[in-house]
Amino acid sequence: MGAEQFDQTYPKFEPRIVVFCCNWCSYAGADLAGVSRYQYPPGVRIVRVMCSGRVEPVFIFDAFKNGADGVIVAGCHPGECHYVSGNLNAERRVENTRKALEYLGLGAERLRLEWISASEGMKFAEVMREFTEEIKELGPSPVKSRVDVKNPKS
Amino acid sequence: MEKEKEGEERIGVFVCRCGVNIGGVVDCDEVARYAATLPGVVCVSVNKFTCSDSGQADIQEHIHKYNLNRVVVAACTPKTHEPTFRVCCEEAGVNQYLLEFVNIRDQCSWMHIWNHEGATKKAKDLVRMGVYRAKLLEPLEESEVAVDRNALVIGAGVAGMQAAMDLGDMGFHVYLVEKEPSIGGRMARFDKVFPTNDCSICILGPKMVEVARNENIEIMSYAEVVEVEGFVGNFEITIEHKPRYVDIDKCTGCAQCAGKCPVEVPYDFNEGFGIRGAAYVPFPQAVPLRAVIDLENCLRSEGKECKACIKACERGAIDFSQEKKYSKVKAGVIIVAPGFVTYDPEPRNDYGYGLYDNVITTMEFERLLNAAGPTEGHVIRASDCKEPMRLGFINCVGSRDIKTNVHCSGGVCCMFNMKNAILLKEKRPEISCYLFYMDIRAPFRGYEEFYNRAREIGIRFVRGRPSEVIEKANGNLVIRAEDTLKGVVRNIEVDLVVLGTGIVPHSDIEKISKMLKIPRAADGLFMEAHPKLGPVDTVLGGVFVAGGASGPKDIPFAVAQGSGAASRAARLLVTGKTKIEGITAASDESCIGCGLCVDACPYGALTLDEKENRVMVVGAICKGCGTCAATCPVGAMEQRHFKNVQVEAQVKNLFALA
Ligand code: FES
Repeated sequence: MGAEQFDQTYPKFEPRIVVFCCNWCSYAGADLAGVSRYQYPPGVRIVRVMCSGRVEPVFIFDAFKNGADGVIVAGCHPGECHYVSGNLNAERRVENTRKALEYLGLGAERLRLEWISASEGMKFAEVMREFTEEIKELGPSPVKSRVDVKNPKS
Repeated sequence: MEKEKEGEERIGVFVCRCGVNIGGVVDCDEVARYAATLPGVVCVSVNKFTCSDSGQADIQEHIHKYNLNRVVVAACTPKTHEPTFRVCCEEAGVNQYLLEFVNIRDQCSWMHIWNHEGATKKAKDLVRMGVYRAKLLEPLEESEVAVDRNALVIGAGVAGMQAAMDLGDMGFHVYLVEKEPSIGGRMARFDKVFPTNDCSICILGPKMVEVARNENIEIMSYAEVVEVEGFVGNFEITIEHKPRYVDIDKCTGCAQCAGKCPVEVPYDFNEGFGIRGAAYVPFPQAVPLRAVIDLENCLRSEGKECKACIKACERGAIDFSQEKKYSKVKAGVIIVAPGFVTYDPEPRNDYGYGLYDNVITTMEFERLLNAAGPTEGHVIRASDCKEPMRLGFINCVGSRDIKTNVHCSGGVCCMFNMKNAILLKEKRPEISCYLFYMDIRAPFRGYEEFYNRAREIGIRFVRGRPSEVIEKANGNLVIRAEDTLKGVVRNIEVDLVVLGTGIVPHSDIEKISKMLKIPRAADGLFMEAHPKLGPVDTVLGGVFVAGGASGPKDIPFAVAQGSGAASRAARLLVTGKTKIEGITAASDESCIGCGLCVDACPYGALTLDEKENRVMVVGAICKGCGTCAATCPVGAMEQRHFKNVQVEAQVKNLFALA
């Protein structure tokens, strides 16, 4: 299976972005973006976790394995994490994962950490648009051509 | 009756059109048709409003008819509607944690209004993610915790006082913590209050006394909350009591000490006008009516052996041996009402404030107007102590301005400045008043009439934000502004300029928000749980907000919020118990006892059992963030409801469109 398979579904390259959002700030920020109708491309998918500190590297690698071109881990601003310091754990973890991605040849730029509060709907949409553009420049994730995404899903 | 059967998932998918909110963009029927093809899905249903009575009945009917044990709702956002559908599921015998909520409105149809095809495709992806996750969900139980019957109220302005009084009258013990030496807050400093122009302290004073008399209220003035631990129903609060250097039991508030104190400090209660001693009584109506010594300005802090106040006090109440003290209290609920401050024009010297003697803020003007103020109610200007004949009031200073603060003070400042103009004009009809405004916001009952009254008595309204104020050699000021209604630039000479400064967050808000984890909105003020339906709730269980700290408010609004917060809090206090989420951490026997998670836990909810060489979770302390699960190198630590396999099921199905 080659990259053509993707091209059938998305004829032009529409980057697929996965955002892990913490429930308290970033998920609410994403909701606010919606309520305010700040648009961003539909290639963006949100996975809700309670805190950004919950996001393990495995989730991020899995996202790439399953067709993501870019991943964002979004949490509350430092000092504002609903669970005190989960976001600081996330920060460290994302930093390390970025190194691993670089090493694996995916490029650290495909993973980002963002602080987005519940009131930053505008920022949420802006970050999504900007990151999508950035990934467009980078091109599709090199992992994609090697994984059969149509099959085992469970 | 639990419908959970081992190994057999029977999933129902319910797609909501949300009127046209979703249905107008996403092809909901197509999404439902697609959902029906997914493994485990035994029925699908599309509703116009799934959250309505009939929509919920439809879910319950399907649950019974198809013997469902998993429910996927594809609708708006779980932030607002998950509780609704959880109850709906429980009622029909499906454990509430077997509900999976898929957000296809806020994060799909509203996001991609012009891309119907893309939005529909995305909605299908999202539903698929939800279905695969739902398959792996497990039933959980909420745990019940007892609620301590005491309440903590932070801030004793008019909102906090109202909240304390309502709770006290209901029979609950209230700790009312106020940072200043007296309760009363901002309202105690106002001269008259709009739109009726009644005397502020005359209506507030009796209320303050009532608070003090209420036997269920424990006033802790000159004190600050410095630490809050625990969770809904069981907060442990540390309060710092600043030393007054006055024995509060002996002091009668006679102010003899204040009279004898040789120090002169700008009088903060009068907005820095006039002077007070280092020993002083905050103001004549203060509650508690007790003296306080601010050691910072006292001669003793310079090492001098001044005994003026000690000698003056007949009751021997002065006590310089007092020290900062800490006390701990327990409370089931917390009401936060720290209030607001007005914008400070000094750092930027807006309109020459801080440079020109005759430019003052409206709060300062308020104190000048007050009969108990520094000038006994005579408005005079600083440069020559003369009573001004021509005054210029400028609205929206430090609000609706991209350079300082873009937010509007919600009409409060319009009314505030207008009121002060009216008060002086009515006292001295011979003066001329100009009021510069961008828009007049007079939103509530009696406010429009108040505005009309201002015009009738001859206050001249000039529509336009002044570009600058220029000082003349004689201290007079020229206000330069474009009159946008006439389309001309006007230079108006006045004797005194009064700046209507906007409402900005209190410096304590940041501290409190960090301490309690209350999110703040773009204007820096507290964010309520829902801007319409949860105006005094916060996202935190057992924590409520009231008054100017969650948006600019006038007095009636602040009072209503105080009462509102009290009644929201009372629900918990009356029942004496509350439920807490079942989403907590759990470890299994594969734990290798490395202890990495113990260090990562922000709450200290994990302990390493040395004997078993395994980490244990203390359920009541765990708040369910999942940091430990992410830290665990062997996958022995799991976060319930967000288990590895559950999240991975979503991740695996992110994009692959079958
Ligand atoms: S809850 Fe938002 S990052 Fe922890």
